[in-house]
Amino acid sequence: MSAAGAEPVLRVRIDSKWYRPRRAEPVEAVRNLAFGVGAGEIVCLIGPSGAGKTTTLRILLGLDAEFEGQVSGADQASIVFQEPRLLPWRSVEHNVRLGLPRARRGRDLDGLFAQLGLTAWRGSYPKALSLGMQRRVALARALADGPRVLVLDEPFVSLDDAAAAGLRGLVVDTVDRTGMSVLMVTHNVGEAIGIADRLLLVSRRPASLVAAVPLDRPRPARDRTWADATRAALAAQHPDIIAL
Amino acid sequence: MLTRLASLLVLVAAWQAAALEAGSRLLPAPMAVLRFIAQEAERGDLAHNVGATLLRVAIAFAIAMVLGVILGVALGRSKAADLTLDTPLLVLLNTPALVITVLAYVWVGLTEAAAILAVVLNKLPNVAVIVREGARNLDPQLDEMARAYRLDRRTWIRDVLIPQLQPYMVTAARSGLSLAWKIVLVVELLGRPDGVGFAINYYFVQSTDVAAIIGYSLVFMAVMIGIDVLLLQRLEAHVRRWR
Repeated sequence: MSAAGAEPVLRVRIDSKWYRPRRAEPVEAVRNLAFGVGAGEIVCLIGPSGAGKTTTLRILLGLDAEFEGQVSGADQASIVFQEPRLLPWRSVEHNVRLGLPRARRGRDLDGLFAQLGLTAWRGSYPKALSLGMQRRVALARALADGPRVLVLDEPFVSLDDAAAAGLRGLVVDTVDRTGMSVLMVTHNVGEAIGIADRLLLVSRRPASLVAAVPLDRPRPARDRTWADATRAALAAQHPDIIAL
Repeated sequence: MLTRLASLLVLVAAWQAAALEAGSRLLPAPMAVLRFIAQEAERGDLAHNVGATLLRVAIAFAIAMVLGVILGVALGRSKAADLTLDTPLLVLLNTPALVITVLAYVWVGLTEAAAILAVVLNKLPNVAVIVREGARNLDPQLDEMARAYRLDRRTWIRDVLIPQLQPYMVTAARSGLSLAWKIVLVVELLGRPDGVGFAINYYFVQSTDVAAIIGYSLVFMAVMIGIDVLLLQRLEAHVRRWR
C-alpha cells in the first residue's frame, strides 16, 4: 500500500506562516512543516485542534499565499471542506458538475452518482438532504474530475458512525480503484489508524512535524486488537498529541 | 384579505362622506372620479399618457438596475472603489429629485434622453447602496470553495455571485420601482408633452380639475401595484424557491 520512496504527487514545505492581526500580537501558525504524499497513498495529518492544520490545507490549496515555503502538485488536488459548502440554490447535479472545468461540465457522471448512492437525489436541492448526504455530494464534486490528490478537512465529523463509515469506505474504494492519493486532516485518531498508510503527527502552534508513522498492515487486515495496540503505542510515545 | 377589503371599503365610505359634506368640486366623490376615468379612457388620452409614463419608467428602471447592480458589486468588493465613490454617491443620494431633474433639463435639453437620465440618476444610488450591502455579505466559505475549484469568471458570476445578490436585487427593484414612477411624474410635469405627470399638471393649471388629478393617480397607482404583485412578488418567490 505505502508508496514511500516513489516520487510524491503532492509536496508541501512550509518554512513559516505568521498571522498578523491588525490590533493583536502576531501569531506563528506553522513552522518547518514539510511532507509529501505518494501516488495511491492515504496520509492523515493529526494534531491538537487549533494547531494550524486547516491553515496548512489552505496554503497548499492556494487559498493563502502569504507564507514562506513551497507547494507543488496541488494543481491536481481537489478538496472536501469540513462543511459541505454546496451552493444551496443549485441542484445536487449542478453542484457536482462545478467540480469539472467548464469544457467538460456536460460529461457523463452516471457512474459517479451511482457509486456514491446519489442517483435519486440528482435533482434535489442540498437543503433537502441530511448532513451525511450533503457530505457525499461534496465528495462527488471533489471526485468529479478524477483528481490525483483528494484533500479532506475533517470530512466525517458530526456524522453518525454508519454514515461516517460509509463515506470513509467510498474514499478508500476510490483510492484502491484509481490510485488516487489522499491527504486527510483529522483529530479522530481511530479513524486515521483505520485507513491511513502514514500518519503525520503535528505539534501545537506553531505547527511542525513531530513524527511520521507508517502503518504497513493492509487495510482489510486491520482489526480491533491491532488498532488498539497501535493507538496505545502512539499514545505512549506522543502523549501530548494522542490521548488514549 | 377580508381585513384588507374592509379597510378599503371604510376608506371609500369616508371619502364619499367627506365629499358629500364638502359639496365642492375640489373634493369630488368617488363616482365623479370614476366618471372622469371612463371619459378619459374613451378619448384615448388615458391609455396614451399611462403608456408613455410606463415606457419611461421601464426604460429608466432597467438602466438604473443594470448600472446600479454593477456599481454596487464594485463598491462591495473593492475597498478602493468604495472609498472613491462613497462621497459622490452620498451627494447624489441627498440631492433632491427636483434639482437633478431641473439640472438634467438645463444641461441636456428638454428631451426624452434628459428625462430618462434624470430618473436614472435619482434611482441609481439607491440600487447601488442596497446591492453594495449584498456584495459585502457574500459567503466567504463559498468564495473559498469557488477559488479552490478554480471556477471560471462566468460560472462564478452566474452560480455564486448572482444567487447571493438576488434578494438584494429584488428589494432594490421593489423599492426602486415605486421611487422611479414618482420621479417620472415630476420629470414629466417639468418638461414632457405627455405622460401621467403631464396630464396631472395640465388639469391642475387649466381647470384645477381634482377629479382628473385623483383619477390619473388612481389608475397609475393600480398599474404599478399590479406590476408589483404580478411580476415582482412572483419573481421574489421564484428567487427563494430553494429555501
